Formats: sequence, C-alpha cells, structure tokens
Amino acid sequence: MTAMAALLLLLLVFPAHAGLPIDLTAFDTPDDGGKSITLEWIPLHRLGMADSLQSLVLLRRAEDETDTLELTSLGARDSLFIDDKDLVTDEPYAYVLEARFPSATLVSNETTATPTIQWFNKSRSAVCGAVVIFTSLLLWFTYHASKGREMFIRRIAGLEAVEEAVGRATEMGRPIMYVPGISTMSDVATIASIQILAQVAKKAGKYATRLTVPNRDPIVMTVCQEVVRESYNQIGRPDLFREDDIHYVTYSQFGYAAAVSGIMMREKPATNFLLGMFYAESLILAETGNATGAIQIAGTDSDAQLPFFITACDYTLIGEELYAASVYLSKEPKLLGSLKGQDYAKAITIALILLGTILSIAGVPQFVAVFK
Amino acid sequence: MNLSGDIGIWVAAILTLAVFSFLWKDNPLFRLAEHILVGVSAGYYLVQYAYSAIYKKLYVPLFDQGNLLFIGCAILGLLVFTRLVPRKSWLSRYPIAFYVAAGAGYSIPSGLQTRVVKQMQTSMLNFLDQGSLWTNVSAFLLFVGVISVLLYFYFSAEHRGAFGFFSKIGIVFLMIGFGASFGYTVMSRITLLIGRLQFLMGEWLGFL
Repeated sequence: MTAMAALLLLLLVFPAHAGLPIDLTAFDTPDDGGKSITLEWIPLHRLGMADSLQSLVLLRRAEDETDTLELTSLGARDSLFIDDKDLVTDEPYAYVLEARFPSATLVSNETTATPTIQWFNKSRSAVCGAVVIFTSLLLWFTYHASKGREMFIRRIAGLEAVEEAVGRATEMGRPIMYVPGISTMSDVATIASIQILAQVAKKAGKYATRLTVPNRDPIVMTVCQEVVRESYNQIGRPDLFREDDIHYVTYSQFGYAAAVSGIMMREKPATNFLLGMFYAESLILAETGNATGAIQIAGTDSDAQLPFFITACDYTLIGEELYAASVYLSKEPKLLGSLKGQDYAKAITIALILLGTILSIAGVPQFVAVFK
Repeated sequence: MNLSGDIGIWVAAILTLAVFSFLWKDNPLFRLAEHILVGVSAGYYLVQYAYSAIYKKLYVPLFDQGNLLFIGCAILGLLVFTRLVPRKSWLSRYPIAFYVAAGAGYSIPSGLQTRVVKQMQTSMLNFLDQGSLWTNVSAFLLFVGVISVLLYFYFSAEHRGAFGFFSKIGIVFLMIGFGASFGYTVMSRITLLIGRLQFLMGEWLGFL
C-alpha cells in the first residue's frame, strides 16, 4: 500500500509526461578504449517504488536514428550500468530508463553521451611509474656495467654445479639433455632459460659433449637452434652443431612428457637441465631423470612446480634465481647491469612496502590506494 | 565381474596398463603407448592449429573480410619457413624477433600490474587492526614473509649478518609454502590415480 501510495503521489507530483524522477546520467567510461558508456541513476527502491515495479528496462538509440534498442532489464536496487554492447567510438547515444508498473509506465529523462578513446589509462598510473623507474634503473646500471664498473653478485649454489654437471657428462661419454620448459617465447622463464642454454652450450661445446634439446613449442625450438649454433660458433666449434639434436616433439603436454621420459630412459643422459616454465609434467620429468641416475639442475618461476624439483633434483633454481642464472654464468657486463637494476628495484619495492605499512598503521591509507 | 564389450574402453584400458608398466621398467609395451600418444597428439595439434591459426586467424580475415593488414602477418609467418633453405635461414630471425618483442612488450606491463604493484598493495596492511588476533597475526606474517623473501632474492649482497638472518627467514617461508603446495598437488595426483583405477575396475572389468 505504501509503495502504491508513493507511486500515486509521484504521478501527482510528476505527471506522466515528466517521467521517472531518477536523474539518469550517462558519461563516457573513463580510462577505456572508447567502447563503453557508464550510466548512473537513483535506484527505485530509494523512491519507495520497488514493490510495485514490474520491470525496469534500459533503452538506447544512436542519436541520429529513430530505432530504439532494448539493452537490458534491471532491478529496483540497481543504480549503475556499463554499456559496452556494440558501441561505435565518437558516435553519440541517447538513453532512457522505462519503469513498468501495473497502473502506468514511466520514462526517465533522456541523457546522451559519446564514447571516446582515452589514450592514457589513469588507473594504471602506478604501473606506468613502475615501468619508468625500473627501466631507468636497468638503463643506468647497464650503461655503467658496459663502461667497466665492477659489480658484485652473490654465489648461487645451483649454478656452481653447472661446470661439474657438464664435466660429468664428458667423463661418462653420455649426452646432456636440456629441457627449456613447455611454454612459449612470450614467457619470461623461457627467455631466461634460453639465455642459460647459450652458456651451457658453450661449456658443452668446449668438451665436445653432445647436447640434446627436445622442444614442445616450434618457435622455442627455432630460437634454441639459433642460440646453440651461435654458441658453438663463438667457441670456434661450428662443426658440433647438429640440427637434429635440437628437435621438436609434440605440442601435447603429456605427449611431450612421455616422449622426453622415454628419451631419458633410452639415451640415459648424464646430466639433465630442466630450466624454464613447467606445469604438471615437472614431476614426471624430474622423477624419470632421477631414476636414470642423471645429475639434475632444475629451475622455474612456477611456484606450484618448484616443490617437485626441490625433492627430485640435485640443484634447484628458485624463481628469480633462474633469471639471475644467465648473468651469473656469462658474467656479461650488460646482463650484469640489468641484474643490478632489478636488485635496486627490489630494494625500492621493500622500502615502499615498509613505508606503506607504517602509513597504514598510522591511519594514512591514501598512500596504499595509489597502488591499485 | 562384467567385462566391458566396448572396444574403445578395451583400447583405453590396455594403453593405461601399458603406461603403468613403466613402474616396472622401460619396456616395449610402454614404448608403444608412448609413441601412440606422441604421434596422435602431434597429428591432432597439427590439424587443430592449421584450422585455428591458418584458416580462422589468417584466411578468414584476409580473404573473407578483406583485411589487408593480415598480408604482413602472412609474410612474417612464411619467413619462418626460410629455415628450410640454409642460405636464406637468417630471414627467419625477423618473425622471431617480432614475436619475442611483442610478447615481452605485452607481458611486462601486465606482469608488473599483477605480480608487483597489486601484490605490494595487498602487503601494506595495518597488522595491528585487522579485526581479530588471528587476522592480525596473519597480516604480520604476510608482511614479514614478503620482506624476507624479497631479501632472499637480493643478489647484490652476501647473505651474512642481519641480512643473512632475514634471508634465512625468507627461505623458511618459501619452504613452508612449497611444502603446502607439494601436499596439495600430491593429493590431486592421487585423485587422478583413483580415477584411472576406477576406470579399470569399473568401466573395464565391471567390479564396481
């Protein structure tokens, strides 16, 4: 009864032609690619019209057309809708809300908005700042490293063993198997793995030890072939390169795991490198390698797979140690500079977390809100 | 016992047993299953990618929709095949360079957003006022864990003194995390094994 009375009162105060007093506003959605419009209004339940409401429909039409499109049905408590349905950038659109009651149909004010492109996404300002700071650090340290500045990096246990692992394969007269993970070239872990492969290939090449690289991704295989060929060229042994040693297996995850396990059992490599991005096949590969008696050096930034490598391999590079590995092995000044830059970025991150936590405790949450 | 009469179930059961035979040692039966799996999956993915990449992502936009931008994509793709001609194989480096650079350019901002900036925000908690003693302790542990693990991955200093102490705390946090992850994943793998055994005992042999 109250709702009906409110509606009758509304109809008296606002005649039907004046419509639904919900103050519908439309505006271009901020920080988007010009494909959406945001609509806001006073929810009907606040006006006491929720009980008798049969339906609330949002209608849209392009401003220069007469055809109206029924966009969606809404509820009495709704007060926001983002329209991203087939909008054309820089074309104006008009919207109305139509509320249907048993006794009448009320229409809101018409409101117009135009979706436009914002070239800068303000909600990603923190990321932009991080990219600028981190890139500046990288460039700064890379520049100084290339000028010959001495830079220290701590010992990484797993990498000390690379020389030993290659030497072992040489003494036993067996090959080295290098598995670059099962991800694509857009994965940072794969890129890091391929940089390590270059160093491993150089060390293997010095002793003329055979290096095999089974691949799951054809692009990664192509890159691996180039990297190994280049490494052999650099140490003056281009004759060692055999394209068939860096071969394709299959794109199927477990097909790849089965094939690599089979190769491990038949060829019995003395050393297995499992470095890159791995998923559920990690334990299958590491366990098989373990069963063949190979020395195994593994590394990944996949936290779900690290436990398996830690339990089944001799040495494991945890997370970022994988990224640092190629620098550690090559000691190349430019890469060293980039590692230094990353270290300073981490130092800044730690400082910001400490500052943010202190400010949160002190009741100043605005600083934390910057990192949304 | 109610043996299945379905040939598909028999093939699946025999292949399952062939793969399990690897637990004994590498043998011809396992090798047969391995080669079937590798061969079938290679063929399957070849057809799937030929359809989804060459037809849907190149042929349809280029020939059906007339989007000439895809001519550039087609040329880049074809350059990969120059690897088959040794004297022209250097051309294949262009699509690879494009692919790696585009991948890095795409993943670095999104990686920074999700793995750094967002994680920083959720780590900056007022651990004195989280609602209850337990949530306060959880927030404090999160704070100590994040800082100490970050210190562990700092490569520019030796792990000695106070720095070494905090980085050791970091490795403890990492190992606790790995232990929990290990247990969780092993449980899911046991579930997979149970599923296979149920298939063998139920659908194949009819015991269940």
